[in-house]
Amino acid sequence: MSLLEIKNLHVTVNGQEILKGIDLTVNAGEVHSIMGPNGSGKSTLAQVLARRDAYQVTEGSITFDGKDLLEMKPEEAACEGVFLAFQYPVEIPGIGNTYFLRSALNAQRKYRGQDEMDAMDFLPLFREKLRLLEMDDKLMNRSLNEGFSGGEKKRNEILQMALLEPRLCVLDETDSGLDIDALRIVANGVNSLRSPERAMVVVTHYQRLLNYIVPDFVHVLVDGRIVRSGGKELALELEEKGYGWTEKDAPQPAGVGR
Amino acid sequence: MATATEQRTSLQSWLDAFTETQENAAAPAWLKKLREDAFARFCDKGFPTTRDEDWRFTNVAPVARTAFCPAAPAKIAKKDLAQFAPDGAKIQLVFVNGRYASDLSSTGNLPKGVTVSSLRDQIAQHPETIEKHLGRYADQDRDAFVALNTAFITDGAYVHVARGVVLDQPIFLLYLSTQEKGATMTHPRNLIIAEDQSQVSIVEDYVSVGGESAVLSNAVTELIAGESTTAHHYLIEREHLQAFNFSTLRIQQGRSANVASHSLLLGGGLVRNNVHPVLAGEGGECLINGLFLGTGRQHLDNYMHVEHASPHCGSRQFYNGILDGQSHGVFHGRIVVHKVAQKTDAKQTNRNLLLSDDAQIDTKPQLEIYADDVKCTHGATIGQIEENALFYLRSRGLSEAEARKLLLMAFAEECVERMHEGAARDHVEKLVREHLLFMETHPQQATGAVTERNWSETD
Repeated sequence: MSLLEIKNLHVTVNGQEILKGIDLTVNAGEVHSIMGPNGSGKSTLAQVLARRDAYQVTEGSITFDGKDLLEMKPEEAACEGVFLAFQYPVEIPGIGNTYFLRSALNAQRKYRGQDEMDAMDFLPLFREKLRLLEMDDKLMNRSLNEGFSGGEKKRNEILQMALLEPRLCVLDETDSGLDIDALRIVANGVNSLRSPERAMVVVTHYQRLLNYIVPDFVHVLVDGRIVRSGGKELALELEEKGYGWTEKDAPQPAGVGR
Repeated sequence: MATATEQRTSLQSWLDAFTETQENAAAPAWLKKLREDAFARFCDKGFPTTRDEDWRFTNVAPVARTAFCPAAPAKIAKKDLAQFAPDGAKIQLVFVNGRYASDLSSTGNLPKGVTVSSLRDQIAQHPETIEKHLGRYADQDRDAFVALNTAFITDGAYVHVARGVVLDQPIFLLYLSTQEKGATMTHPRNLIIAEDQSQVSIVEDYVSVGGESAVLSNAVTELIAGESTTAHHYLIEREHLQAFNFSTLRIQQGRSANVASHSLLLGGGLVRNNVHPVLAGEGGECLINGLFLGTGRQHLDNYMHVEHASPHCGSRQFYNGILDGQSHGVFHGRIVVHKVAQKTDAKQTNRNLLLSDDAQIDTKPQLEIYADDVKCTHGATIGQIEENALFYLRSRGLSEAEARKLLLMAFAEECVERMHEGAARDHVEKLVREHLLFMETHPQQATGAVTERNWSETD
C-alpha cells in the first residue's frame, strides 16, 4: 500500500478552481519534488495535505496510509504523521518556542497513546535537534518565530519536523529566501530525516534545492495539472529550458511515480 | 426612563442607608462631617447618565434604581477562604461584607516601619494621621461613586510604609461579599501611604461567597507614593455575574516615584474600573496595565484618567481585552497634560480580541494637552483570533481548543509579563489561566444562552 495516494484531486479557493485533477502516488522511502511556475497550484496542494479548510476539495480523494485524509482535521492529519513546513511560517508573540514544541510533541504522543514527555526527557532531544540545524538556543527562549530572520524561520520549521518525526514531510518552498549556507543547513536537516519509512514531497520553484535534496521523482505542475513527471534529470532539463517548455509540449500522463 | 416618583423612592433608600451608617458607627466629628459633605455632593450630583461624556458607554441605571442596604456582618469559616487564597500569601487582610475580619487575617512578621491594619482601627487609634490624608485626593466632584463611597466610609485597609523601608512581600487584601436575601452594598475605603524611598505592593481582590445575589462593591483607594517610592497596585475583580463593582484607584505620585497599576477584570456583571494617577512631582513614572476578559453579558468598563502635572514624567497605558458572548468592553483613556508638564512622555495602547459576533468594544482615547513640548501617542486595535496562527498551531498537532487557548493566553500574557515577578504576579497568572480555560470549556456562556443577570443594559 502506498503511503500517500492522491486521485483526481480538484480544489477550489474562493470559487476559483486551482487544482484541476491531480494524480500522485508516493511510497514510503521516496522523495518527490513538485515543481512549477508561480500560481500553478503547488502551495495549494501542500496546504490541502495539511488540511487547511479554506481550500475546498470539490472532487477526488486523498488517502494517507489507507485512511481518508480529507476526513481529517489539521491536528488529526498532524498526529497521523503529516507535516507541512510552511512557506511563510507564522510569528506568534507570547508563545514560547520551547513550550510550543513540547506541547505539540505531547499532543501527538497522546494521540498515539504514548506517555507525555516531561521537560527532563524533552530537553536532551531538543538540544540534539538544535545542533542538527545549527541553531542558537537563545532563539528558543523567544516567542515562536517572533523577530526571526527568514532563514531562522525556515530552520525552525525543519527543527519542528525533526522533532515531531512525521511520516510524510511536505516542504513548501523551504528554499526560498535562503542564502547558500542556510540552504545547506536546511537540506542537511531534511536529508537526516530520509528513511525507508518516511516519504517527502518537496515543493519548489527552483531546481537549486534539488542539488541538496535529491529527489527520486520530479513532477511539473502547470495550471493545476501535473503535465510531466520524471526522474531527477527532469529538474535539470526544466532549469535549462524553463517552464514554457513543458507548457508547449503535450501533457503526458503522470504515472511515473507509481 | 424612571419616573420622578421612582427616583425619589430610590434616593430615599440611599438616604435611609446613609442615616443608618452615620448613627451606627462611632466616628470622630471630622469623619462624620466628611461623610455628610460627600453625601450632600452625591445628592446634588446624582448618578451619571450616558449623556455624561465620562459614562457614555456605561449605563448605571440598574444601580441607581436598586435599593441597596449596607451589607450586614457575616461569619465566614477559615476553610471557606482556602479557595481564594493566593499561593505564598504571607500578609493578608480579609474583609467580609466590608468589615475587617481579624480572625481570618494574618500580617506575618512585618518589618519595622510597616503598618498594615484596618482603617476603622486606625481612625480609632490615630485619627489625626488619617484625617490628614483621607479624602484629600479622590475626586468627589467629578465622580458620584467616589462621593458615595466617602459618604459611607466605615472600613477598609490602611497601609503605611515608613521612609526608606522596603516591603518585599505583597499585601493581599481580600474583599468577600456573602449571599443575602436583598440587595446589599459595601464601600471599602483604602488608604495606602508609602513614604519617600519606600517600596510596597498591594493586591485588592474582590470575590463572592455563596450564591448570586445583587451586590454593589464601590471601593475607593487612595495611594500616596512619596519621592522615589516604588509602588505596585493590583486590582482583581472576580465576583459573580450579579455583582456591580465600581472601583477607583487614585494615585498621588511624588518626585521620581515609580508606580504601577495592574487591573484584572474577570468577574462581575457591571464593572467600572477607574484609575486616576496624578504625576505631581518631577521625573515620575507610571505604568497603567490591565486585562479584561468578558463572557456572557458582562459589561467591563475601564476609565483611565492620567494626569501629568509636573515636567519630565512618563506614563504608559496598556490594556488588553478579550470579549466573548455578548459581553461589552470599554476602554476610555484620558490623558491630561498640564501646562507646566513639559517633556511629558505619555503612551497609550488598547488591544482587543473579539471572539464572537455579538461581543462589543468601545475604545476611546482622549488627549488634553496644555504644554507644548510633549510626546503623546495612542493607539487601539480590534481584531479576532488570526486564522493563520490557529492553522499553524493545529498543523503541529494541537487541537483547535488548545490552539485557541494558547493564542488567548499569549495575548493575555502580554499584560501579565508587565507585572513584577513574585507572589502577586503568580496569583494573577493562575487566575488568568483558569479563567481562559473556563471560557473555552463553557461555550454556553459564550453564546449568551444563559441569562446571567436580571437587569438589562438599556433603560
